[in-house]
Amino acid sequence: MKFWDWKFTFEILPLLAKAALVTLEATLIGFVVAAILGLAFAIGRMFGPKWLAVPLAGFIEFIRSTPLLIQIFFIYFVFPEFGVSIEAMTAGVLALGLHYATYCSEVYRAGLANIPRGQWEASIALNMSPFHVFRDVIIPQAIPPIVPALGNYLVALFKDTPLLSAIAVLELMQTAKIIGSENFRYTEPITLVGLIFLIFSLIAAAVVRLVEAWLRRRIIHS
Amino acid sequence: MSIDASPANSPSNEFSGPMVRFDKVRKSYGSLVVLDNLDLEIARGEKVAIIGPSGSGKTTVLRMLMTLERIDRGVIFVDGEPLTSMNRNDELVPADAKHLRRMRGKIGMVFQHFNLFPHMSALKNCMEAPRTVLGLSKIEAEARGRELLSMVGLGDKLDHYPSQLSGGQQQRVAIARALAMRPKVMLFDEVTSALDPELVGEVLSVIRKLGADLDLTMLMVTHQMGFAKEFADRVCFFYGGRICEQGPPEKIFVAPENERTRQFLRACLEAT
Repeated sequence: MKFWDWKFTFEILPLLAKAALVTLEATLIGFVVAAILGLAFAIGRMFGPKWLAVPLAGFIEFIRSTPLLIQIFFIYFVFPEFGVSIEAMTAGVLALGLHYATYCSEVYRAGLANIPRGQWEASIALNMSPFHVFRDVIIPQAIPPIVPALGNYLVALFKDTPLLSAIAVLELMQTAKIIGSENFRYTEPITLVGLIFLIFSLIAAAVVRLVEAWLRRRIIHS
Repeated sequence: MSIDASPANSPSNEFSGPMVRFDKVRKSYGSLVVLDNLDLEIARGEKVAIIGPSGSGKTTVLRMLMTLERIDRGVIFVDGEPLTSMNRNDELVPADAKHLRRMRGKIGMVFQHFNLFPHMSALKNCMEAPRTVLGLSKIEAEARGRELLSMVGLGDKLDHYPSQLSGGQQQRVAIARALAMRPKVMLFDEVTSALDPELVGEVLSVIRKLGADLDLTMLMVTHQMGFAKEFADRVCFFYGGRICEQGPPEKIFVAPENERTRQFLRACLEAT
């Protein structure tokens, strides 16, 4: 048996490409959940009333301190015990999003804390509502400096998607495992999966850098 | 100046008493008393300069009026209504958000460090609150912003970002931004203190112009004694959290009665 079979490689490539789409889908939806929920967590924790801020801080700490794999299992296998059955892909994306939301919320917290007090005071003096203050004044200034940090979490989330194979989501890793076990050849599928991850990670890092530069050009800081 | 109207019972649009009234207002940070039972009345259209050594509570007066600081005790009335409390069944209760926002709408403030929104152009800075707070359309808000920016002499800098403007220009944008909300009372908190000396004049001449053109009540904390003397109707000298001496500028600057006032003015004179 050859170490590397090119014919086999080209045979499985379309399968893996299809699975890569699932991985991308999980990454993107998961990250959107993480980005939005993370911001909500940060704002709730920093500016919410005590009855919200304190439990939220505890919850964030809890999620951050337990493994993502356990959370995935919990949502997929334990939630049904309470009558909440979630389809594997949805459960996986939810777990990814929630887990990374807690990391993102720390990043947002740093960004929000860096806004000078004068910006808040000017907004109050202009009689703006909290909603408009956040939407138009605070968040647009808080986000650009933290784009690199958020981008890192995007890449990290992407690299954590193979964990979804544990609940049989047909993403790259799961597909590679199935191909491997059906053909008794693991070298090509696993290597290809690694390569695909590498390529996507590099692309994502480049995109993050572009967005960063674009934001810096667009938003002029004093 | 009429001072006897009972503020609590008068509807604000007909209220003819003082524009601003501090009634035994007290503020402390821990054991440090910043304002000690302050009573102060400012008439409609009056221009009051607040002077005094640092730590005398001058800025706190403005910040409390802008609701940036909590009032520990006492009441501030603006336009006849309590600022941070409201009447309910003849009792003063802490104001709800709606009352606070209505009261804040009467007041505009310009800060020592401008506090412009750095990610918005000069024009956008002036349009933001009129659009989101007053509900003006984009066209209306833009017209208002253009008009005010040209009034402060920045009609050609509409699309400049704060970082592209000098300190004096930024401060003039900040003045235009505050005016865009059509306040009745304007607060100026050491607005020239952060400026290079050669930029002070342009900001003061804008304030002078507002005083002449607009029917505004103005309250300014300033270190520009020359300006206070020429511009203000009344000068209040603060010392240790209370008004040590007040009166028309001719009196305060020419013939101060209080020894502390004299000392302070002498020290200011030596500095220039």
